[in-house]
This record gives sequence, C-alpha cells and structure tokens, in this order.
Amino acid sequence: MASTAKKKASGMSDKTSDIILVAICVVVLLIVAYPLYYVLIASFSDPYQVYAGKTFLLPSGFTLDGYKAVFAEKSIVSAFFNSVKYTVIGTVFSVVMLYITAYPLAQKGLPGRKFLSIFFLFTMYFGGGLVPTYLVVKQTGLVGSMWALFLPGGVGVGNMIIVRNYFQNSIPRDLLEASSIDGCSKLRTFLSVVIPLSMPILAVMVVFSMVAYWNDWFTALIYLGGKGSPLPLVMRNILIKSSASASQAATISGGYAELNKLTELLKFCSMIVAALPMLIIYPFVQKHFEKGFMAGAVKG
Amino acid sequence: MKASEQAKSGKPVVRGKPLGRRLRDNWQLYALLLIPVVLTLVYKYIPMYGIQIAFRDFKASRGYAGSEWVGLYWFKRFFSAPNCLRMIKNTVLLSLYTLLWTFPIPIILSLIINQLRFGKFKRVVQTVLYAPHFISIMVICGMIRIFLSPSGGLINLLMGSSIDFLTEASAFRTIYIASAVWQDAGWGCIIYLATLANVDPGLYEAAKVDGASIFQRIRNIDIPELLPMAILNLIMAAGGLMNVGFEKVWLLQTDLNKAASDVIAVYVYQQGIESAKYSYSTAVGLFNTVVNIVLLLIVNKIASKASDVEFV
Repeated sequence: MASTAKKKASGMSDKTSDIILVAICVVVLLIVAYPLYYVLIASFSDPYQVYAGKTFLLPSGFTLDGYKAVFAEKSIVSAFFNSVKYTVIGTVFSVVMLYITAYPLAQKGLPGRKFLSIFFLFTMYFGGGLVPTYLVVKQTGLVGSMWALFLPGGVGVGNMIIVRNYFQNSIPRDLLEASSIDGCSKLRTFLSVVIPLSMPILAVMVVFSMVAYWNDWFTALIYLGGKGSPLPLVMRNILIKSSASASQAATISGGYAELNKLTELLKFCSMIVAALPMLIIYPFVQKHFEKGFMAGAVKG
Repeated sequence: MKASEQAKSGKPVVRGKPLGRRLRDNWQLYALLLIPVVLTLVYKYIPMYGIQIAFRDFKASRGYAGSEWVGLYWFKRFFSAPNCLRMIKNTVLLSLYTLLWTFPIPIILSLIINQLRFGKFKRVVQTVLYAPHFISIMVICGMIRIFLSPSGGLINLLMGSSIDFLTEASAFRTIYIASAVWQDAGWGCIIYLATLANVDPGLYEAAKVDGASIFQRIRNIDIPELLPMAILNLIMAAGGLMNVGFEKVWLLQTDLNKAASDVIAVYVYQQGIESAKYSYSTAVGLFNTVVNIVLLLIVNKIASKASDVEFV
C-alpha cells in the first residue's frame, strides 16, 4: 500500500516534470528549426516582402524565380557538379583509407602495432601547420589538382580510431576465429567477414565523409587556384562578397531594383541547394550514430 | 598434429612464434597499411620537418635546410607587430567564451532529452537538433549575414531597429558564439546521450520506487555517469583553445569589427597564403601550436589530479 502511494505521488510529480521537459524541448526545437525554415520559405518569396517583415510562417509573394535563376546560373550549376564529383571520389577514398588503416591496427597480435598507432595518433595533436603543409602539397605537384583535396587529409585519425575500436568491440571473436580455422587469410577475413559485419559504422563514416567534402571550401580555396571551385566557394561570391555592397545597392533605385531582387533571392535559393542534400541524407543513418560512437568510444 | 593444434588455439601460440615468422604471417596487413603510412609521412611528417623554416629565411630555391638560419627573428617580429597583443587577446577570449557556452549546453540538453519518455518525440528532437551540424560554415555565415542585415534582417525586424551588427566589434563575439551554439550544441549531445543510454534501467526503477523525483534522478544517477566523459571533452577542448574556427571568423570579419575579430589564425592565413611570407607565417602558427600544447598538458595534469581520468 505504502509503496503504491509513493509511486502515485512520484507519478504525479513526474507528470509535471514531463510537461516542463517537453516544453523546454519544444522551445529548443523552435530555436534550432525556425532559422532553417525561414530560409526555406524566403527562397520561395518576394525578397522585398521578406525584408519588409511580411514573411514569417508562409512564403509571401510566392515565386520560383530564385530557383530558376540558380539553375540558369552556369557558375552555380558547374560548381554543384564539381561538389558532387569531389564528394563521391573523396568519400570513397577516405573510407577506404579508414578501413585499411583501422583493420591492421585492430589486430592485437600485429608486431609493431603500438608504434604504428602512435605514428598515426601523434598527427592528431601536432602538425606542421598551414604553410609547411601547403609547401609540401605544392612540391608534390598537387596545387591546382583535385587530389589536393583528398591526399593531404589522408587518414582521418579520429574516425579511424572509432572504426578500429568498432572492429575490436563489435565483431564477434568467434567468427574471426572460425574464419581463420577455415584457412582464410587475414585479407580474406577482412573482405568477407569484417567488412560485411561493420555496415553500421561504415554507413556512419560514409555520411561523415560526404558531409565533410560537400561542405569543404577552404581546402579548395587554398589548393585549387580558382579552377573547378566547389559549390560553397562559389557561394562565397553570392553570400559574402556581394553583401558588402548590398547596402549601397539598396540605395540605388529603378533599373537595379529587379537585379537587386534577384541577387537577394539567389542567396536564399543557393543556401537551400547547398544545405538540402546533406540534410536529407543524415536521418537515414542517425540511428547508428549513438551505437557507433559508443562501440567506437570504448577502448577494446 | 601438435603444431596444427597450436595454430588453431590462437593468441598465446602466435606470441611464441619467432618475430620473422610473425612479420611474414602478417604481410597482408602491412601491405594494407602501406598507402596510409606513406600519405601520413609525406603530408603530416614532412610538414613537421618543414617547421624549421620558422627559424630560417626560407627561399624555395635553397630548400628547408639550405635557407639561412635567422633564429628567433620572425618570432620577435611577430611580438613587435602592432596588432600582436590584440590578436592574442582576441584569440584567447573568443575561444574561452566559446568554450564557456559550448561545453555545458550539450550536457544540460542531453540530461533533458534523456528524460523524455515519448520515443517518437525524442527522436524528432534529436533529428532536428543534429541538423545544423550538417550545414556548411559558408551557408551558416550566409544565414548570419541575412538574419543580421540592417535592412530587413530578421533580428532587426524583431527588435524594430536597423543596426548593422557585423560592423560592431562589440557584437562580434556574441554572433560567433551564438551561431556556434546553434550549430553544434545538438550534435555535442550524441556522446553524452550514448553514455546515458548505458545506464542500467533498474537504477531508475529503484530510484522511482524510493520516491526520487526526476531532478533527484538526474543529479544522483545521470550526472555522475556523465562526469568522466565531460572531463575528457573539457581536456580536449582546452587543448584546442587557441584553435578558433578560422573559417567562420574570416567570413564574418569586416574592417569595422576587426577590434574583436582579428585573430591569429586569420593572420597566419593572410601572411602565409595571401602574402606568401612563408617563414613569418610558419613562426606565428608555431607559436599558436606551442601555446595549445602547453595548455593541453596543464589541463591534463589538473584533471588527472582531480579525478582518475588521464587523457594524454
């Protein structure tokens, strides 16, 4: 009796605290989601109405002109496809590098394992810095080539450790032993046992790499020398550079008005085009994030 | 017969084999490591060797070791540069204030999210909170500029004002930190949520039976569970204290907010890549790295004394 009464009492207070917690979460949700939603509705709206404060919940002065302009603008379209190319090649390269580094380092019996681990780990804490790295990239002839985006990054050490720990913790030892009893070589075991069993962490790593390459612009700024710019770098001209003169342009009336309107609309639409692909992809692997991190965070 | 049995029983036997044999047995693994090791040597370790140009007057034609030795000349030049103190101060303050906000907020958020009992709502909250992490800094800075625009930006509309925030040095840090919290606080929860998911549900049940309120459960079960991970994160963050996000500072910098946005990382880029002053830029970057490492070691020492967590 007494215990049920207690339960009831705590149930009551739980209900109140539930409401408080949900309320806090709703506020946080709005703070995070609304700016994104605002950019989305603004990309379909008349920018003058947006800047006059008429767009809050739904698009006002609905228009598709911005998206038409985005897809008619050659520099944006070619930058989009450059980004797709870099993302695909870069992701394949990075994930292969992660796997072929993590698998040997996950073998406890490998002579020199400790030395090799430190060899990679050290680069997480100390590096040559911007200019010495730039000089090596230049000396190896990569400046102006897209391989400058992939090779210097080489092995993503942080992610590699997560994958290594995943191999150590989440792949049943029995299966590995069984495959070696069957006479499988280490490489064979890697290809036919370890890789198929590591799909969750593979999915997470693919998404991480895709996001990194899709969003990167600084490496491209330094190494590509203006050729084959990816989408975010081209957007810099639309978003950052033009806005310095936007305040001056706003004072110019008449013929510039239409052009000015389109410039503003282009900002919203290009941001959506740049952000949307990754925002669509990540929820598919979201359920693996936590599990993958947990398996990867614990040292095996 | 015996040998084959030994081969099957695994580890202890492997250790018993002579080294040459073990190396040969594992040749495939070393072959896999070949490319990563070469890439790391070339693009990580050779640049470390290249750091010596911070102490030389580097001329590409004469190579790293052939260029004239100038000792601490470039460091002295940096310390006597007119904006040197301002840059150090801006770098430290920007990271310190950022850490002050971005460290505790994910912890608080994950304590709250962990207590949500409606699975679907919890998932929606997590999905939405992770979203900004996947957006390019370029887009984030574009959004910042649009929201803060003096002519019709959302913030000015809400405040009924027309302030050009990006020209105000006093607003710079707030903009930088608020957008950092907006973008990554949700993502920062993942590791804490994963930790909390490991708490034995029986513990909560027992606490409930004892009549512990939700806040008592958070204080007595969740927080102690999170503490080691939180300390680890704090140490890592301290080690990167001098690493301000170059990209965002550079994109948000205007001539008028430089009093707060002038940081070492931007200077390293401008001097090194834009002006091709290789030795000078390397020296400034090296100073930054050394301060970072010293901070990391100090914090690690303090934290390992305060608890049994040791990181480095």
